[in-house]
Amino acid sequence: MNTEILLKSERCKGCGICVSFCPKKVLGLDTLGHCSVINEQACIACGQCELRCPDYAIFVDKKVGA
Amino acid sequence: MKERTYEKYFRQNRLPHIWCPGCGNGIAMKAIVQAVEMRGLPRDKTIIVSGIGCSSRASGYMDFDTLHTAHGRAIPFATGIKLANPELNVIVITGDGDCTAIGGNHFIHGARRNIDLTVVLFNNTIYGMTGGQASPMTPLHKKATTAPYGSVDRPFDACNLAQAAGASYVARSTAFHVQHMTDMIAEGISCRGFAFIETVVQCPTAYGRKNKMPDPAEMMKWMRDNAVMKTAWDRMPEEKKADKFPIGVFHRHQAVEYTEAYSEVITLAQEGGK
Repeated sequence: MNTEILLKSERCKGCGICVSFCPKKVLGLDTLGHCSVINEQACIACGQCELRCPDYAIFVDKKVGA
Repeated sequence: MKERTYEKYFRQNRLPHIWCPGCGNGIAMKAIVQAVEMRGLPRDKTIIVSGIGCSSRASGYMDFDTLHTAHGRAIPFATGIKLANPELNVIVITGDGDCTAIGGNHFIHGARRNIDLTVVLFNNTIYGMTGGQASPMTPLHKKATTAPYGSVDRPFDACNLAQAAGASYVARSTAFHVQHMTDMIAEGISCRGFAFIETVVQCPTAYGRKNKMPDPAEMMKWMRDNAVMKTAWDRMPEEKKADKFPIGVFHRHQAVEYTEAYSEVITLAQEGGK
């Protein structure tokens, strides 16, 4: 795993923009309708989710040194 | 994880914001703070002024000196602030109803005077907060609570309006083109004169649900597919322009700035009107 995903669930409203724009199907919505990571291995840290999240609830970075 | 330095410009204890799930206003608000950071504006020299409406709630979440004013009157308040203290950077956040309907007159006269403000219009094409009434920027034949069979009123093109009224800098971007939007706003902040940036944002709740686009991501994909960069737009044949709209910088014109012109008046008056 070379990427780090930080979710701030208290800010998430479950609009699903991050899920739609993720090119690798890393993200999904949990039973409460909040964004959750379902396949972290696939993440390429492209940052599409963070870029377009209207609630500032998801942050993605490449791991330092990776 | 790297620190997101722009987060310091938000009032953290006020988040999450009040906007509906999927609302594009959050994306535009982030673009503004990133543009402020890009330009290195000092926080105590930057003022955020907003009117009334969904868009104008943004001033409550931004950690600057902020002013949430009367409906449509953000530009007059901002004009007062700028005239009283011309060294301040004044950013106005307004919506399509606030800016082009209730505040339409103030908007064109702000542009006419060419006062050094950065006006960011969040265009969600509807009155979201009051229940989805048609605004002056609701596209033709699109539905709203006050236009159940589709709007027959021709919409304003706010960018053309600003340019015709005399603005120094006019640009448009969308919530899909986040980086582009940030650059457009940053350039507007640098402009010495009236800078107007229209940001097309999605309103899935009031606009989308009535117009068969209830999914915010689908609305953003619509922006991706229908927004055309200015240079490509100019070369596009007319028949292909239907339903599409241009984005980018439309107008740059450096004219005399209002506070500079006014300071000359002050000097003249102090010298006894000679």
